Amino acid sequence: MQTTIAAVSTGPAPGGIGIVRLSGPQARAVADRVFTGVSGRPVAHMRGYTAALGAVHTLEGEPIDQCLALVFAAPKSYTGEDVVELSCHGGLYVTRRILEEVLRAGAVPAQPGEFTRRAFLNGKLDLAQAEAVAQLIAAQGEQAARAARLGAEGALSKKIDSLADSLADLAAHLAAWADFPEEDVPILTEEETLSRLSTLRAALESLWQLSQSARVYRSGVQTVIAGSPNVGKSTLMNLLAGYDRSIVTPVPGTTRDVVEETVSLGGVPLRLSDTAGLRATDDPVEQIGVRAAQARLDTAQLTLLVLDSSRPLTAEERARLLDLPARSTLLVLNKSDLPARLDPSQLPDLPTVRLSAATGQGLEDLTAAVLSILGARDFSAPDAVLFTDRQLEQVRAAAAALSQAQSALLQGMTLDAATVCVEEALSALYALTGRLVSEEVVDRVFEQFCVGK
Amino acid sequence: MQTYFAGETGVAVIGAGHAGIEAALAAARLGVPTTVFTIQLDAVGNCPCNPSIGGTAKGHLVREIDALGGEMGRAADACTLQSRMLNRGKGPAVHSLRAQIDRTAYSRRMKHTLEQTPGLSLLQAEVVDLRPAEGRWQVSTRLGAVYAAEAVILCTGTFLGGKVFVGEVSYPSGPDGLFPAAFLPDALRALGISLRRFKTGTPARVLRSSIDFSGLEVQPGDEPVVPFSYDTETPPENQRVCHITWTNDETRRVILENLDRSPLYAGEIQGIGPRYCPSIEDKMVRFPDRSRHQLFIEPCGLETEEMYLQGMSSSLPEEVQQAFYHTIPGLEHAQIMRSAYAIEYDCCDPTALSPALEFKDLPGLYGAGQFNGSSGYEEAAAQGLIAGINAARKVLGRPRFVLDRASSYIGTLIDDLITKGVNDPYRMMTSRSEYRLLLRQDNADERLTPLGRELGLISDARWEKFCRKQAQKEAELRRVQRTSLPPGDALNAILTAKGTAPVTTGVRLADLLRRPQITYADLAPVDPTRPPLPAAVLESVEIALKYEGYIKKQQAQVEEMRRLEQKRLPADLDYSAIAGLRLEAREKLQALRPENVGQAGRISGVSPADISVLLIYLAAARP
Repeated sequence: MQTTIAAVSTGPAPGGIGIVRLSGPQARAVADRVFTGVSGRPVAHMRGYTAALGAVHTLEGEPIDQCLALVFAAPKSYTGEDVVELSCHGGLYVTRRILEEVLRAGAVPAQPGEFTRRAFLNGKLDLAQAEAVAQLIAAQGEQAARAARLGAEGALSKKIDSLADSLADLAAHLAAWADFPEEDVPILTEEETLSRLSTLRAALESLWQLSQSARVYRSGVQTVIAGSPNVGKSTLMNLLAGYDRSIVTPVPGTTRDVVEETVSLGGVPLRLSDTAGLRATDDPVEQIGVRAAQARLDTAQLTLLVLDSSRPLTAEERARLLDLPARSTLLVLNKSDLPARLDPSQLPDLPTVRLSAATGQGLEDLTAAVLSILGARDFSAPDAVLFTDRQLEQVRAAAAALSQAQSALLQGMTLDAATVCVEEALSALYALTGRLVSEEVVDRVFEQFCVGK
Repeated sequence: MQTYFAGETGVAVIGAGHAGIEAALAAARLGVPTTVFTIQLDAVGNCPCNPSIGGTAKGHLVREIDALGGEMGRAADACTLQSRMLNRGKGPAVHSLRAQIDRTAYSRRMKHTLEQTPGLSLLQAEVVDLRPAEGRWQVSTRLGAVYAAEAVILCTGTFLGGKVFVGEVSYPSGPDGLFPAAFLPDALRALGISLRRFKTGTPARVLRSSIDFSGLEVQPGDEPVVPFSYDTETPPENQRVCHITWTNDETRRVILENLDRSPLYAGEIQGIGPRYCPSIEDKMVRFPDRSRHQLFIEPCGLETEEMYLQGMSSSLPEEVQQAFYHTIPGLEHAQIMRSAYAIEYDCCDPTALSPALEFKDLPGLYGAGQFNGSSGYEEAAAQGLIAGINAARKVLGRPRFVLDRASSYIGTLIDDLITKGVNDPYRMMTSRSEYRLLLRQDNADERLTPLGRELGLISDARWEKFCRKQAQKEAELRRVQRTSLPPGDALNAILTAKGTAPVTTGVRLADLLRRPQITYADLAPVDPTRPPLPAAVLESVEIALKYEGYIKKQQAQVEEMRRLEQKRLPADLDYSAIAGLRLEAREKLQALRPENVGQAGRISGVSPADISVLLIYLAAARP
């Protein structure tokens, strides 16, 4: 059966509207698992060319964002299949989250050009258009292959190659051991296999981590807006986002959960989390928000600590200022439009800007300060750029396959089952260059082991 | 020279080695008049190298040949001297049968089988010319006979342009001192077939009574013996043992000192040898850090005292061979009866062949075995069978018969040969099959016997036996799914003893058998309703349960592969005209002309992006 594919169909630029597009026989069913309309009518029952307002949520029902669902019924759609578009407030974070859920709900990631390919195969494009698309696909494939081949262009690509190399050695040893049982192939014990598997898996996972943090540079620096209640955090968020994203009220404790938005500040995407005000509270709902805020703070790559310059520091604030991650914190003295009552001598030696989130005065200083902090960070921009999503997916798939190999052995399954998983991992790493696992493995068997009658 | 018209035949098979035998038997059994030409009648089914059949992945091939109605398994069972199931404990996917066989008995039996097959003529004659004539093939022999054949299968082995090397001595020869096919290479070149040189080699045979076995490790056969053939009712018995010994520093010294007298190192041999079958001098040079190399001493038959020295093939001069063999424990006084030699021969580039093993540009001409760049008796027999089936079906006007990679090792072998080509003689290995959890030696019948039946190669009796086994398997699978065992001391004692968790509630037999630690035999005491079933049925039920998750996963991969295989690529497709294909892909596709998109994807250098482009092109070309 034809699969249902999904992808973020708006460019990776922050702001505006983000669209996650689904196409295929299950498009409506998948949408229904992550989208609930205000009217209560399931997407499956919507007619073509109609839209419904509602909310996207995780499979478990946890809300992600407000959303508009647009339905195009087959064959009257771009691809000629059932198509559902989920339009949300945009921002890389939110669209990615929606895509993740849609994939969990049963869609598969679209290959480059796949929407167009399907459109063509369903007679929606003429030959000239299709050939243009074919060239585009070819160019993308070539680009990806080149990026993977030219290890010199990126340290991460090199690391993938070297891991693939170790993995191929392990696969070759397993192969030699199975194919030449009477030859003098060094014994590969289960313990040794497990230990090599776990080393390789750890390396793949740390590569994944590293690449995740490098990818941040493209898809957003995780930024937390923190501070006591009612110092103007949500106002700052709205200033940066350019529209009313957080609910701004004068009642302390209004922001009870974490609100996220990706904004561009001086060309660098920031993934902003507006958090509940940090304070001791008895309100159980607010407590959850405070805990979530603290968790964000712990993992943030940039913290904008907002202080109200129109009043003295509270005891709680003075305490918190002491254990801030100094390297990546910017103190934002908000409400600079009001008379200053905050004693600057009580502030730690950290980058500081004065700002009026309400009027926007001081925004340029804030931008400059943020860039200066990020500039000091140790991102390697070329790596971040070259490390494509497809490479990331390969690394993830390879790590997952190795994990299956490990659990096969731990459960007491035989080595043949584990070997198949190891080769699957290798095949994931080879996918971009088109190298063939079996040929590589057989070559290595004869290179490395003295086998044969 | 005066020639004469000697008659017509449906399929002409050139060569009566392992490929030729299966090809001829399959064609004749499908009802097509078949003529087999061999240079020496007493060398039908000869085993000029190791006296054994099967081994890792090769054992799978023999099982598959048998499941399709081929002969090799039955003959091996009838001539078994010792049998082993290799890789027990490494998992069912890599279990492989291997039997030491009586090579003389094997050869005699095969010759007799050919002689007794209706519609099959077995002739001693050297084929010297081959040419198309009026939609048929004209086959000429050295003695002037000219035959007209509808189809021809080349199974020429190491005879084709054969040349033997022992040290500085070399001369045109086939294997085992037989005449080579000296004229046929030119005839094939005249047809436009591009030939290349491969080489292989074999160790010395020594007199049993000259070996001192006293200090050597004995390698007995496995009990009980599992036969190759699903036809074999009474399994053969282990009648002989093998022995193991090792080379040492002295062996190395003798070999390295005389390396300049090896034709391989002196540059005399042009052919490319198999990587998996290096000569002992090769091993010494390539793996200098190894202090010793293992060799097996294997019997050649019941009525001969010749012993085969597996692991010690060589092309060094005779006196050097004597010197280094004598350095080895047990062989100090070994008397060499036949010297080791290397042999060079002509073979084709198998990418010129279709999956039916027919030359893409020469309809009606097929190749099998070493001629196609493979190595090994079993690889040859597997191709012979497929070539024979297809040649016969062509004569009968039926569609061709192709096994895909997911069906069998035979399909994998042929697809590898014709899609990837070969750089050295190709040996089957389990690591070559990506679907190896599905392609086990225990289920070859399940995979292939229905196809063999449809082809017309499976007898009624055999078919009935197969259906009975399948029915038993299905019934037993249902029984273990339905039968629950109550928790109890007896059961829990078994589970605990096997290092797996005891149960507190009723548990289905199937769920217990899914546990890797638990076998059928373990549960016998607590499973009173178990019907008496053959071991093969129990094995297949147990594997189906234990490996269910992996099997399902591989089946999903197979479906994806088969989807792409259904998208056919026209033979005359002009890849240079397809916009969007990368240059490398374009060149390789143009050269190989794959039959379908699946095959195209297995060509190295053709990327997934190229496949997308091809798919679009195909859809566009559709009217």
